[in-house]
Formats: sequence, structure tokens, C-alpha cells
Amino acid sequence: MKKARNIGWYLLFTLPLVFIFTTVVIIPFIIGIGYSFFSWDGLPLNPKVFVGMDNFVQLFHDTRFFDTAIHTIIFTVLAILLINVLGITFALGVTSKLKVRNLARTMLFMPYLIGGLILGYIWSFIVGDAFSAIGEKTGLTGIFFNWLLNPKSALLALIVVTTWQMAGYIMIIYITGIQAIPEDVIEASAVDGANFWQTLFKIKFPLMMPSFTICLFMTLSNCFKIFDVNLSLTGGGPSNSTEMFAMNIYNEIFKQNNFGYGQAKAIVFFLIVALITLVQVTITKKREVDM
Amino acid sequence: MAKAKKILINAIVLILCTCYLFPIYIVIVNSFKNRSELYENILALPEKLTFEYYAKALEKMSFLNALKNSLVVTLISIAIIVVLASMTAWMMVRVNNKISKLLFLVFVSTMLIPFQTLMMPLMQEMGWIRDNLHIPMIDHLGGLIYMNVGFGASMAVFLYHGFVKSIPISLEEAATIDGCTRLGVFWKIVFPMLKPTTVTVVILDVIWIWNDYLLPSLVLSSKANRTIPLSTASFFGQFTIQWNMAMAGLTLTIIPVIIFYLCAQKYIIKGVAAGAVK
Repeated sequence: MKKARNIGWYLLFTLPLVFIFTTVVIIPFIIGIGYSFFSWDGLPLNPKVFVGMDNFVQLFHDTRFFDTAIHTIIFTVLAILLINVLGITFALGVTSKLKVRNLARTMLFMPYLIGGLILGYIWSFIVGDAFSAIGEKTGLTGIFFNWLLNPKSALLALIVVTTWQMAGYIMIIYITGIQAIPEDVIEASAVDGANFWQTLFKIKFPLMMPSFTICLFMTLSNCFKIFDVNLSLTGGGPSNSTEMFAMNIYNEIFKQNNFGYGQAKAIVFFLIVALITLVQVTITKKREVDM
Repeated sequence: MAKAKKILINAIVLILCTCYLFPIYIVIVNSFKNRSELYENILALPEKLTFEYYAKALEKMSFLNALKNSLVVTLISIAIIVVLASMTAWMMVRVNNKISKLLFLVFVSTMLIPFQTLMMPLMQEMGWIRDNLHIPMIDHLGGLIYMNVGFGASMAVFLYHGFVKSIPISLEEAATIDGCTRLGVFWKIVFPMLKPTTVTVVILDVIWIWNDYLLPSLVLSSKANRTIPLSTASFFGQFTIQWNMAMAGLTLTIIPVIIFYLCAQKYIIKGVAAGAVK
């Protein structure tokens, strides 16, 4: 009797969310794996043809997908570097004893709250029409030209915008890490005559390893999965030169109507994301200094 | 001398931070300029304040309707996520059997799945539900809210789970002896104690749901249902050349975000830090 009642309470508390979660995440994930073995154009009346592993084999001959992989890797590596360097610089700045540190923190975090889509539109005006207008006026056409029309500068624009969005967010995590360093350790190093850089590299950074783990993990997964900024800033152009993984999958499914093949790409995308996440967490866990 | 140097450093830091926000400045000043003035000097302040382009953008974007939709979707989705996830996480911690452990593992591991892996099959499934069970999942704000709850579940359960573990069980046992039901114990005693995590969950989910574009763009098709990101995207699809009006539209979309930030600044920075560190 009591046991039955306990089971009733358990179900009442957990079942609603578990049901919604199952229908929204688990079922699509499972049928998604199924779709990746079929060839289908997305129209309900047209047949789904079972093709086995063909979709995955086709991936290896897809030059556009390989180009996308290269863009995504270049973009991710550069963006991670830039975001983390800027984020840690900001964090060191706003944890110093400056009077304006709180105001500075507020201002630097601001861009993160504006969604990627809106940010992309804002910057598409700046690096597009605004830059070319400034270039015409000043004659400095080496820097001020329409960045979105050239593959290299468009990719750079994407990196700049993502950095602008994420640096303030990463700063917040580094601030938590810096504040967790005990005051006496820093004082002891000052007594021993360590200069600013020695304190930074020999004392602060090793003690901030947990923050590095989190920040690298966050920036890696965010940059690798970038979609909104990609869509609104460059739209993948010029001529697909800035098309990242997420957008390639979206286009394959909803623009080219290759539902089965696109889903196969999506599964591979999931495997890559899962793999790098697991590898990175294991590596950085090992390097953390015990406090 | 030392004091002057301090003031100088403070001023330099403040100027650098202001420069960092220059894109927002460009958006705002150009929303007041006419076409020729805009191309004449993009960086200059406008000659006069005219709200002509705001009025146009407001109408073309159906901004007020989009604002209403965004508010409805964000508020209701988050209310449901908070209630259901806290209940689920509490039960999972307190009844620590094999099922709870399995559930936790599933919730956490699915956080790895990128949205692009789920979007197409999810739309097929929801389309099937609409056609066969006649529940309006597609092109309906209710359907979008349902899916937001599903996608927000993992992280909310994860955050609550970590916090519930740190609450001593003795208070709950005392209340049970006094004759409180499980629901009573949860709402009167446990839920108020979960407040720090609730704040974190609310902040992280506001940032995510308010700015979410891809899921709403797949679920909602009719103009009346558009949220702010959707109406911004369709607005840009049509009027990219009229930059002054576009800038007015972007300023409108940024205003609610700035209001939210100014009101809840302290909680936002704390919430984001707490959410990331876990």
C-alpha cells in the first residue's frame, strides 16, 4: 500500500517532464538515426528508399562538406584563441582595484545578451556598407572595404563578431576563477619579489586551470555549433566560403531537400561534437592543479 | 601625482570599454539619419532627432505583436521548466534508485546533442502529431512552448539536481511527520530553498529562449505568430537596402534586452557564472 503510494508520488513528480523530454529529444534522436539510412526528399508522398550506409559513404566524396569542415576548423581555432585571450585580459582588468571595474564589467558583458541573429545584422551593416562608405570617404581602402564580399575577410568578420559576443561571457567565468585564488598566495609571491608577469604565469594561471577547462569547453562547443551569426552576418557567402557545419546541415535538409543525406551529416556532426567534448574534458581534468 | 595617475587609468579603461560598445552607438545614431546623411558620415551624430524610421520599422516588423509573442513564449516556457524540472530533480535525489540514476544519466548525456541533429526528425514527429492526434504543435505558440520545455529540461534538471543534494533532508522529514504530503513538503519547504538555482535557470533560459531563432523559424510559419528574432529576420529579408529603417528596427529589438539587463544586472552576471561553472 505504502509502496504503491510512493510510486504514485514518484510518477507525479517526474513523469510530466520525462514525457515532454522524451517526445522532444529522445524520440527525434532515435528516428533521426533511422532517417540517416534512407534517401528521401522530404515530401510525404514520395517514398523513403532504404540505402544502408550509402549516405555515410557519400559524405567522403562531398567536397562542399570538406570545405565546410575546413572553414569550421579554422574559424573555431581562431575564435577560441581570440575569445579566451580577450576574455582573460578583460577579467584581469576588472578584478584589479580600479574604481570603474563594475561599470566596465557591465559594459563588456552587454553584447552577450543581444542574440547572435541581431548581432550579425548589426555587424553586417558595419563591415559591409558602413566600411565601404568610410573607405570611399577616407581612401583607406586597405581596411575599409566591404568585408562580406571577400571570402577571407568574411571569415574574419565572423570571427570578430563571435569574439565580440562571447568575450564578455568568458570574462565572467575567468573572474570567478581569479576571485577563487586565495589572497595570501598572491601576497606571498609579492613578498618573494615576483613581478607582474611571474605572478600571472607562475601563480595565477596554474591555479585557474578549472576556469580554463570550462572556458575552452564553452568556446569550443559554442563556436563549433555556430549558426545564428553565420546566417545573419554572411549567410554562408560569398559563394559558400563561410558556410559552417550547422548551416551546411540546415541547407542540405531544408534548402536542397536531401532529408536522409542531411540527417546522416547531422549524425556525424553529433559524433564529432560528442567526441571533442569527451576528449577535452578528460585531457583538461588531468592537468588541473589540486588546491 | 599618484592620484592623477589613478584617475587617468580609470578614464582610459572607461574609454576603451565605450569603444568596445561602438557598434551599438553606430546602430542608434544611424537610426535617426536620412539616406544621404547616413552615407555622408556614418560615425557622426544625427543632425536632428526624427522618429520617422522608428514608426515605419514598428509597423513593418509588427513589432508590438512580436514583442507580445516573445514575452508569452519566454515567460510560459520558463515557468513550466522551473516547476517541472525542480520537482523532477528533487524526486530523483530523494528517491535515489536505479531509475533515478538512469534518468540523470540520460538528461546529462543528451546535453551533448546539437540541435541540428534533432531538428528534422523533430519536425517530422510534430507534423505527425498534428495530422494524426490533431494537437496543434506546428505554427502554434503552445507547440513552441512545449518544445522549449523539452530542450530546456536537461540543463535545468542538472542544475537543480546539484543543488538539492546539498540540502539536508531533516527539515523535510520533520514536515512529513507533521502530516504534510509530498506536494506540500515540496512547495512549502523545498522550493523556496531552491531560489538561487531558480534564479540561475531563469536567467540562462531567458537569454536562450528570447534570442532563439532556429527552432521558432521551423515551428512557426504564419506572420501573426512571429517572435522578435523571426520578425527581425523577415524584416531584413525585405528591407536590407534601407539601412536607416533597419537600424531603427534593430534599436527596437535591443531596447527590451537593455531594460532586462539594467533591472536584473546583478542576478544575470551571478546566474551566468553559476550556470557555467557547473
